[in-house]
Amino acid sequence: MASVQPDSTAESLIRVENLCKTYSLDNGINGTVNSQVLYDVSLNINRGEFVAIMGHSGSGKSTLMNLLGCLDTPSSGHYWLAGRDVAALPENELARVRNHTIGFVFQGFNLLKRMTALDNVATPLLYAGVGRAESRRRALELLRQTGLGNFAAYQPNQLSGGQQQRVAISRALVNNPQLILADEPTGNLDTQTSGEIMAVFERLNREQGITIVLVTHENDVAAYAHRLVRLKDGRVVHDGGVTA
Amino acid sequence: MNLLAIIGEALRALRLNRLRTGLTMLGMIIGVAAVVLMLSIGQGAQTTVNQAIASMGSNLFIVLPGATSSGAMRQSSGSAQTLTLGDAQAVASLPSIKAVAPIITGTAQLNFGANNWSTVVTGVTPDYFKVRNWSTEDGEVFSDTDFRSAARVVVLGQVIAKNLFGDEDPTGKTIRIKKSPFLVTGVLAAKGQSLDGRDQDDSVFIPLTTGQRQIFGSQFPGTIRFMMVQGKSAEIMEEAESEINQLLRQRHRLAEGMDSDFTVRNMAALAAVATGAAKVMSLMLGAIASVSLLVGGIGIMNIMLVSVTERTREIGIRMAIGANRRAILTQFLLEALVICILGGLAGVALGIGGAWAVSQAADMVVVITLGMVGLAFLFASAVGIFFGFYPARKAAALRPVEALRYE
Repeated sequence: MASVQPDSTAESLIRVENLCKTYSLDNGINGTVNSQVLYDVSLNINRGEFVAIMGHSGSGKSTLMNLLGCLDTPSSGHYWLAGRDVAALPENELARVRNHTIGFVFQGFNLLKRMTALDNVATPLLYAGVGRAESRRRALELLRQTGLGNFAAYQPNQLSGGQQQRVAISRALVNNPQLILADEPTGNLDTQTSGEIMAVFERLNREQGITIVLVTHENDVAAYAHRLVRLKDGRVVHDGGVTA
Repeated sequence: MNLLAIIGEALRALRLNRLRTGLTMLGMIIGVAAVVLMLSIGQGAQTTVNQAIASMGSNLFIVLPGATSSGAMRQSSGSAQTLTLGDAQAVASLPSIKAVAPIITGTAQLNFGANNWSTVVTGVTPDYFKVRNWSTEDGEVFSDTDFRSAARVVVLGQVIAKNLFGDEDPTGKTIRIKKSPFLVTGVLAAKGQSLDGRDQDDSVFIPLTTGQRQIFGSQFPGTIRFMMVQGKSAEIMEEAESEINQLLRQRHRLAEGMDSDFTVRNMAALAAVATGAAKVMSLMLGAIASVSLLVGGIGIMNIMLVSVTERTREIGIRMAIGANRRAILTQFLLEALVICILGGLAGVALGIGGAWAVSQAADMVVVITLGMVGLAFLFASAVGIFFGFYPARKAAALRPVEALRYE
């Protein structure tokens, strides 16, 4: 059990120890096959950090991202998020953590179709139990901050990729998260728009002190971060400077 | 998480797929409408039967002559003329019997001024109206004195009063039956159809004695066609039946082992059969209609399952931004429930409209009760919850990471 107590200095936001993830697949031919994707990953990320996670496809970076985002639970190991052991929380508690503590930005934007930008941004607050008027007020405020104040009534398919990603960022921010997890946020964007989006992340990190963990395979995107974690075959092979 | 907001999400999702929602709802509308329509028709049939039974009078026997076997020949009841007025009076004196109404019937031509009408003329005693629980709407029924003196007096049924007199008041006027003048003493209240479908108001009543002597002549030489016998209470009907049998066999001097030359029919038993039949019909109609409701429910489940699969990614996104399992479950369950409730409302309206159309087109009695509407509505909601639950649970059980990855 939790023999190791978390390093509960106010600085630490994410602390994982010996995190393992094994997928069991029934391939229908030779029964259940276990495939281990993460091996004993240990990591500490302090509040206010801007970390890029890199690795080739199959290196386990997406799996690590899902675990950090409480979208999935580890097979073994510990995970303390904001001082709380979340590795073995029930799904309803995890939903609460995702709602209150984490903001997600995905490669494919993952906006809800046929819903206005404003409603998309306000949806997390629906699940947080915030009233409709207050939700819309906060959502509109965030759209203004990301430069989309005039696009509140547009639906995702009426917006460009960069605009959609700004809506997604607004949605990630709407419930004042401590952590933003961005999974290849520029993967579907051209270079110029990528730069704009990364500038938004950088500003959020610098001005508001929001911790940002970013998964990418592009070096120039990773260059915006202040720390680089490189994964290879499910293991951390580098943790330190961005230029490595 | 507040329920109102989730209702909003459910409504939004339904609005986005208007055609699909509408078609799914149609299954529900038809199901509920069928249930309401069939229940109202069944209830109407029951009401008709009950009215006919009530109009007959309570605790009744009908004693018919006949059911005799003469040699090898067996004649139908009513074909012989073996019952007499004396038999009727003897039966009336039995302790278990409240009243007896001996009856003769025939058809005759009625005239009043230029109007004429051919109808059933029934010869009865004044007790007949008590046995049938039949009161006058206007005037009086004839008296015992009229009966004893074989007076030329007549009581009219509603149909006759209308056909011969129109808007005029018949009481105190004189009509002709087979050309003999009869004084109208009163008009009976409307009674409606009998169990065998005859219009009981298309009839006139004269004293039995007058009928025997003046109208039907040799047809009833001291005999009667049949008699209605009213028992004192529902509990002693069986006892009364055996007393009547015993008494009449004795009066007709029938030896042990000989067949009776009369038939005693317990109308209460007959009524029970008719009521039972109407109830069975009601149930059957309801059961058939329920099948369509069930089919509608399966339609809902089908669409909801498709919808869950189609919206797997949406569910994943919602989970990622903080929807817990209950919120997802609630949303999908509400979508099914909204379809059912709106479909149920429309179905109830359509069912009531259909029942009205049937009552107009087929001249049938239909009865719609609040309970019936409530039942159909409740049933529809239950179907929604039942068939909506499985897809909703399926949606809620998705793992966020897998739902997000779903293409």
